[in-house]
Amino acid sequence: MSNLALFPVVIPLIFAAILMLFPKKLHMQRAVAIGGVAATLASALVLFSKVSNDGVQAVTLGSWPAPFGISMVSDMFSVLLVLSSTIVTLFVLFYSIPTIGVKREQSFYYPAVLFLMTGVNGAFTTGDIFNLFVFIEVLLMASYALIVHGGEKPQLRESIKYLLVNIISSALFVSAVAYLYSVTGTLNMADLAVKIPQIEAVGILTVIAVLFLVVFGFKAAIFPLYFWLPGSYFAPPMAILALFGALLTKVGVYAIMRTYTLFFTMNTGFTHELLAIIAILTILAGCVGALAYFDVKKIIIYNIIIAVGVILFGISQMNAAGVEGSIFYLVHDMLIKAALFLLVGILTVIFGTSDLRKMGGLIKSYPLFGWTFLVAAFGLAGIPPLSGFPGKLLIVQGGFEGTHFWGSLVILATSLLVLLSVVRIFIYAFWGEPVKIVTIDRKHYLSMFVPTAILVALTVFLGAGAELFMPFVSDAGEVLLNPSLYIDAVLKE
Amino acid sequence: MRTNDVMLQTATKVVTFIILMFAVHIFFAGHYTPGGGFVGGLLTASAIVLLMLAFDIPTVKKIIPINYVVLSAVGLLIAIATASASIVFDVPFFTHAYDYFDLPLFGETSLHSALLFDIGVYLVVVGVTMTIIQTIGEDE
Repeated sequence: MSNLALFPVVIPLIFAAILMLFPKKLHMQRAVAIGGVAATLASALVLFSKVSNDGVQAVTLGSWPAPFGISMVSDMFSVLLVLSSTIVTLFVLFYSIPTIGVKREQSFYYPAVLFLMTGVNGAFTTGDIFNLFVFIEVLLMASYALIVHGGEKPQLRESIKYLLVNIISSALFVSAVAYLYSVTGTLNMADLAVKIPQIEAVGILTVIAVLFLVVFGFKAAIFPLYFWLPGSYFAPPMAILALFGALLTKVGVYAIMRTYTLFFTMNTGFTHELLAIIAILTILAGCVGALAYFDVKKIIIYNIIIAVGVILFGISQMNAAGVEGSIFYLVHDMLIKAALFLLVGILTVIFGTSDLRKMGGLIKSYPLFGWTFLVAAFGLAGIPPLSGFPGKLLIVQGGFEGTHFWGSLVILATSLLVLLSVVRIFIYAFWGEPVKIVTIDRKHYLSMFVPTAILVALTVFLGAGAELFMPFVSDAGEVLLNPSLYIDAVLKE
Repeated sequence: MRTNDVMLQTATKVVTFIILMFAVHIFFAGHYTPGGGFVGGLLTASAIVLLMLAFDIPTVKKIIPINYVVLSAVGLLIAIATASASIVFDVPFFTHAYDYFDLPLFGETSLHSALLFDIGVYLVVVGVTMTIIQTIGEDE
């Protein structure tokens, strides 16, 4: 099957179109949406086994020869991300059924989620820089619909900011692509990786590389371009927030990782040094935010920014340990962020507020929920043997092996701050004097808690079974560090 | 105050059909020469918008009783189905087939599977444009 790499992109698109035909039929909407994501997951698993057996899968659309047609490339790195994003979407869908509200469900919530998934999986799979822009636009369109979905006042206010920031960064994206094309004469990523080392004008390419860092930095929320994120992500309901937090910034991070390992490697002394410094500043800025707020949503939102910094620091080292650490941490972060947002969502439902100071004493009435939250919090901070640990360990090791040992020290120190920021939620919400809580019936609670708990269990498995996953991660890292594997797969004919 | 729109309405009755005919012409010109589903769809949508300006939205809804959201979903499905046909033949996605046929009246004609894809694009463009314009227009 030459088209296998496309299945995780096309299947959600088909199901989204089908869902648009009958928006009011509630049960059909739920069933078809979950069926669609499950089918996508199945195709992603098949693709995963194909890639791990036969290496990089590439297909160039329309039977055009490779640098001219649009290539879709599925290497281990991209298929790992496709797999984790599909898993996250599936669990978030299960969580949205009891929480999102019938009114939203009947006005195109599920099609929007599936369109978002099309964009995310497409962005992870494409091998063409302009096509990357197209897929990012697809996921942005869906995210515009989702962020304003329901039309509450804060949502409308924040969506204007979100829209403006993204339109400006999209305009910059197109200009950056135009610059790149005018210098290299190609937009196929594999072809770029061949052509860029042959070009002597390193200066102009460095400018373009930094421009791309700005463009992707807007999406990935790096310092100082993260200003739009805390406000915009705060507005929509928790299920949508979990999707955004787990998937959207990761597309930006992925784009930086891909471009900065595959072809923007002509002047690493400048570009990757810059990336390392920005990554560390991102971590510090995120820590300040995560500790400053008493709002559970805000705390987790700022933790997104910290994770972006950690991942980008690993990739800026350009050595095996750093890159593999980044890949592992990226997969871990997608799962754990979704899990934490869903947990915090249950917390806000139970207390009827997201303010920590109005919470307390929940451990007596919901013990299992409390301990699940603690496990997820430890996982986020990277306490062994949970899933944050192996990735962070490798990233820190990469920093020590590279030239930025001070960066590794910052990451180690800030891990404690991350731990403090989430354990603070645990202490405030679960310890202390019990406060008045909203009574929710058992069935409703379980329908929220079960998908969340399974997601947390998955992250525990990812951490405890790290030995099992490491071969795939090093496969993925190998393609990033040896671009020739990627190039040969695309330009083979 | 009600404006006198007899001229607009009379002109629209003729002009709409000219625009629609031109849309069909542009649509079929596509692929080998400039044109195609996107611009054809935009022209069709502009004809419907002209009708809405000259008369009003309820009247136009009575003339063309179409749910535009469903229309764009159907278009999307047609477009994806055409592109996905390549999966059945195990050639790269989006690969099209074409051949030359001797048709009565037309003579030798090139028939291209891209036409099916373009029909999908046409429906999506009409559907999405009209959904947007109707949503803004009804918002008073």
